[in-house]
Formats: sequence, C-alpha cells, structure tokens
Amino acid sequence: MKILEKFIRNVGSKTIFFIRMTGHMFIFLITSFYYVFVPPFKFRLLLKQIMFMGNKSLLVICLIGSFTGMVLALQIFYTLSKFGSEAMLGPAVALSLIRELGPVLAALTVTGRAGSAITAEIGIMRITEQVDALVSMALNPMRYLIVPNIIAAILVFPLLTAIFDVVGIFGGYVVGVRLLDLSSGTYFSQMKQYIDITDIEIGIYKSISFGIIVSWVCCYKGYYTKYGAKGVSQSTTEAVVLSSILILVWDYFLGAVYL
Amino acid sequence: MGLFPRRGISVRFFEMIEIVDLHKSFNGQQVLKGINLKIANKELIAVIGRSGGGKSVFLRHLIGILKPDKGRIIIEDVDITEIGSKELDSVRQKFGVVFQGGALFDSITIYDNVAFPLREKLKLDKSKIKELVANALEDVGLAGAEKKYPAEISGGMRKRAALARALVTEPQIVLFDEPTTGLDPILLHSIHKLIIDMHKKYSFTGVIITHDIPEIFDVVDRVAFLYDGRIAEIGAPDEIRNSANPISRQFITGSLEGPIEIF
Repeated sequence: MKILEKFIRNVGSKTIFFIRMTGHMFIFLITSFYYVFVPPFKFRLLLKQIMFMGNKSLLVICLIGSFTGMVLALQIFYTLSKFGSEAMLGPAVALSLIRELGPVLAALTVTGRAGSAITAEIGIMRITEQVDALVSMALNPMRYLIVPNIIAAILVFPLLTAIFDVVGIFGGYVVGVRLLDLSSGTYFSQMKQYIDITDIEIGIYKSISFGIIVSWVCCYKGYYTKYGAKGVSQSTTEAVVLSSILILVWDYFLGAVYL
Repeated sequence: MGLFPRRGISVRFFEMIEIVDLHKSFNGQQVLKGINLKIANKELIAVIGRSGGGKSVFLRHLIGILKPDKGRIIIEDVDITEIGSKELDSVRQKFGVVFQGGALFDSITIYDNVAFPLREKLKLDKSKIKELVANALEDVGLAGAEKKYPAEISGGMRKRAALARALVTEPQIVLFDEPTTGLDPILLHSIHKLIIDMHKKYSFTGVIITHDIPEIFDVVDRVAFLYDGRIAEIGAPDEIRNSANPISRQFITGSLEGPIEIF
C-alpha cells in the first residue's frame, strides 16, 4: 500500500512540476514576444547574435548539409535502382531536404552549436549576478538577453536552412552525377518538375518555427538556471535535449498538418 | 584608533530607507523574520551577520529583486512593495549596486561596463560619457585599464570597476554586497578607504553587507547586526564593539563559546 501511495505521489508531483514548468515557459515566451514588438530595440545586440548564430554556424551547416545530401543520394539511388527509376534521384533528394531534413538537421545543428552556448552564457550571467546588475540599473534583462536571440533565430534559421538545402542538393549531385553516372540534366530537370513552391514554403515555415523553439528553450533554460557550475551544465544539457525533442515533435505535427 | 580617522555622523535626519516587519522564506525556511530598520539620508550603515544569515537576501529586497512575503520597504516615501514594475524602475534610478563578485558584464571592456548605465539608462551623448567614465575610473584608480576585459584584471580591480560603475550615475543610495570578500588586508583597506572617499565626494546613503570585523567599524556611521532573521542589535560602531549582548559579543570576537550555534 505504501509503495502504491509513493508511486502515486511521485507521478502527481512530477505531473504538477511538468504543468507548472510548461506554463512558466509559455509565459516567458509571451513576455519575450511582447518585448520583440515594443521599443527600444537593441540593434547592435541583434547584429551580434545574427553574427554568432548565423555566420559562425555556416561552416558546420555546409559540412553537415553536403554529407547529408551525399548520403541521401547514395541511399535513394540504391532504392530507386530496384525499380529502374534512377531518374527520380534529383527530386527525391531535393524534396527530402527541402521539406524535412534541411529544416530539421539545420535546427539540430544550430541547437548544438549556438543554442547550448546561449544557455551557458545567459546561465553564467545569472549566477554571476550580471542579470541582477541589469535589473538594479532599471534595465529590462529580457531586452538585452532574450529578445536579440529570438529575433536573430527567426531571421537566421530559414537562411541557414536554405544554405543547408542548396549544399545538400549539390552533395547529392556529386554522388548521383559524378559517382553514379546519372546525367546532370536529368538530376536537375526532374527536380524542377516535381518541386513546388509550397514545398519550399513548408521548409521555410518549419525553420522559422524551429528558430523560435530553439531560442525560446535555450534562453529560458539559461535565464532560470540553478546556481553553480553544475546548475549551468544541467541547464545546457536540458536546453539541448528539450530543444531537440521539441524540434522533432513539432516537425511531425507540421508534417501531419501539411501533408 | 583604527586605520581611518573616525567618522562623525553628519547625516541630514530624514529617513531615506525604512524597512518595516520584513519577512521572507524560501521553500518553507524562514530567512527574514521581521526586520525593522530605518536608514537616514546620507548615512553609511553596515549590516553584519553570519554567512547564510540572510544579509544578501535583505539587500536584494531593498532594490526590489526579491519580493517580501510580508512587510514594507519604503524608499524616500515610496513603498516599493506596493508599486508596479514601471514605478519600481523609477525608484531603482536612485540606486547603485556593487555586487559581491562585481557582476561586471564580461563580454565588454571596463570602459563599456562603466559607460553602460550612462548609455542605456541616462542616454547621455558620447563626449559626456567619455568624460564621466574617465572621472569615475580615475576616482577608483583604474585610469589606463579602460580597454581591458573583466577577465583580464585582478579581483581587487574588478571590485573597484564595479564601484566605478555603481557611482558613475551619482546615485542617492549605494548598496554594497560584501565589497571586500576574497581580498587581502591591504586591498580590503584600500576598498574601505575608497568607499569613505566616494561617500565624502558623492554623499550617498550607503548600505554595506560585510563580514569585515572589526575593520568596518572605522568606515560606517552605524552597524546593524542581523541574527536569526532579525536585527539583533543596532548602534554606533563603538556601541556594537563594546556590546553587552552575548550574541553580538560572540559574533564580533568570533568565539566558538557562547549562545550562537556554530553549525
């Protein structure tokens, strides 16, 4: 009986904690969006975050994009060759990248590279009282620490995704055309025929929503970090794990809505 | 006779800060159990007490970073526990805070740190900012360190830079959260001297949270001893130094024998 009671208590307290945290996170998101639209705006900080999140992620995005395209081309070519439809390689690679893999993998990459750094930086600012210092100067920490990250993510994620897609398609081209002897014309002309503007729109919408998710979760976890080095490391891990899970769940949800 | 000449209380007698029956608890543990304290305009007061005794929690209430469970905090006739965030921000304009570790923004230089409140809060023009920052850094002996980042300077220099940042806007009230923690005795005295000099120059109302006993007795006008969530004793430094209260005596002498439980 005691074990059952303990079990129910545990489930109850975890559920209450989960609901509370979810509510707290949504209030944080709504507050952040309020400051996104209400001046004064911090353009210099925004540019700095665009540079950090976008420019400095370029190399890793290109690297992962190219190999994703190459692997995709190899696997899809193998499958298509069983049905004798190798000509469809171009559209298959491009569609997979533009609708799914581009937005998702670009978002996961930026989460690992920039998201974790954002959580750690804000977390350290919290535990070293730099956030309190802003408050004591009658300045709103949201404007300085959160809003620039959210706007930068909304601007940068679609651009990085577009670069990921283009590099991935060329990665597929290298494998399909140069290694597997598909004609270059077939690879691109079929792509043109099968890819619709709505596919590109879906990719863009997804990447914008992923940008909001990553910046929201990573900023929240940093802003409410627990004290000490352990607190910051825990927040950083939680931020990356939660962002990644939410990206995949939200991707499925959007995929189900748009299909 | 201490290191510094004794300070006379030359304050104008109206209350800048009044704390009434301040209570605060965290996760069911009561940290502040009814603090009552009046701090006069231009007075320099030290709050001493045990580590983990709620001194920093008390300080955070003064600037509205923490909200009390019960009680009132009146800053120049405004009860900050009853006002909205906009009004609270206007009260915060009166404050400068020197945080325990300095709380300098580590991604910008010392110059930008000191210039930060002038740029963001007061929105002054560049030449005026340059002049004020140069003066503030000169005051704290940091002229020449403008281009350095907080990570590139020593702990003592960071504290002085934090003091410069807190004072550059010439606030009416300055809060010091353990401004000398982790410093050697010479640096400790240099920071104390700096506080006295700056107090003379800017005439602010100062609240210093500290463990520096007996050194702080030569710096402040009054000492408040925070014990068990309440002000156990308050008075001029000499009164506290010669206190008959066994709790105060034990704390000041650092004796292991007495009414205070060690752990």
